[in-house]
Amino acid sequence: MHIRALEYDSEGKDVPEDIRGSALFHCGPIMKQMDDGSWRVIAAGPTTSARMNKLEPEMIERFGIRAIIGKGGMSQEVAEAMKRCGCVYLAATGGAAILLAEGLCSCRGCEWLDLGMAEAMWRFDTQKFGPLIVAMDAEGNSLYEDVRKSLVRDA
Amino acid sequence: MIKLPEPVDDIVVNLLRLANTKLPEDIGWALEAAAGWETNEIAYTQLGAIMDNVKKAEHIGRPMCQDTGIPVFYVRGKFDSGIAKLIEKGVERATREIPLRPNTVDPLTRENQGSNLGQGMPIIHYIPTDDDFTEITVLPKGAGSENMTRLGMLNPADGVEGVRKFIMDAVLDAGGRPCPPSIVGVGIGGTSDVCVEMAKEALLIPLDSENPDPVLRKMEEDLFVALNGSGLGPMGLGGSTTVLGVRIKKACCHTASLPVAVNIGCWATRRASAKITDTGVEYAQGVEF
Repeated sequence: MHIRALEYDSEGKDVPEDIRGSALFHCGPIMKQMDDGSWRVIAAGPTTSARMNKLEPEMIERFGIRAIIGKGGMSQEVAEAMKRCGCVYLAATGGAAILLAEGLCSCRGCEWLDLGMAEAMWRFDTQKFGPLIVAMDAEGNSLYEDVRKSLVRDA
Repeated sequence: MIKLPEPVDDIVVNLLRLANTKLPEDIGWALEAAAGWETNEIAYTQLGAIMDNVKKAEHIGRPMCQDTGIPVFYVRGKFDSGIAKLIEKGVERATREIPLRPNTVDPLTRENQGSNLGQGMPIIHYIPTDDDFTEITVLPKGAGSENMTRLGMLNPADGVEGVRKFIMDAVLDAGGRPCPPSIVGVGIGGTSDVCVEMAKEALLIPLDSENPDPVLRKMEEDLFVALNGSGLGPMGLGGSTTVLGVRIKKACCHTASLPVAVNIGCWATRRASAKITDTGVEYAQGVEF
């Protein structure tokens, strides 16, 4: 959905308003459509954020994303965009898809389902979503970098 | 194929349901042990969230992780080539019925059929034996960990130290991306293809079974200690639980080669096996491999 959102925005096409100023969750959920057409979340944990490294600085800048929720951390370029625009990176526990799904209390809908269930844009309301750890803040600090720098490789 | 007591597609649906909703006991025990020694607060929170999640998933019968992976099958014992079609049918049904996330796409167009089928899918390895049973094992493999796979065609002069360094680097360079605490599958020797196959098969070996080869056992233990002493920790956020286990398989290789492969399994290294005889089906989540 990153590529689609940026393309649509460049071409002047409509991008769902909800994205502006939102928290962006890197997640390809398992969703089930009910008989009345509504969607129910089955499992929704974070996916590897590094896959979005190339696209994220522009996403943050164009859409004013305030928080990114994912796993594994993101690149220096993303950290810089986060610092410029006031955005934080929150680490969710990878694989904790049932626990995290409990915090996605209702699905407000889906855009771009033609991209596939995992790559579409899903809109959720959240309540008690987590646990989340501030792993990269809006001042350029990164817990991942701190851990990487102090790794012991020949213990 | 021997006479089967249940349709194979039913067995495949059961296997995928079991693997995706219930973590193998040996991995659960390894997580509990890690939570017992972990002193880093963030790491402890991650392990707590993982264990809480595992309990909830099993209780409500839903996949513990939304990345239900690419199902990799191993068929051992007696079987005929017709089994492939039946496994396919099982995968298609499981994707709808459990449900699993439709993950399979064309590598270039990225088109998703929605069924987890398509050219070359599902992946099935065949191991014929003289046994009087058919055993089907599934390893649903998520992309976060699979994408961290490394193959090194080392110089034999690099020796055991070179092998050890290659494995350490593969795990530590992966950082938090493969969802540590990981299970590290290693293949040493063979040709390039066999080496990677062994690394993946090593993920099927239960963590509580002892490697029969004393040299490999020692290497597994040393790597386990070194990786957990690295400080990477759960999800790469720091701590003393980077891996839950290291499993190594080896095969002989060319005198001029030293292949090493690392295939990382996330904490949710899901596996399930069905041993099928003409009287019934026995399910298990840790068989000898």
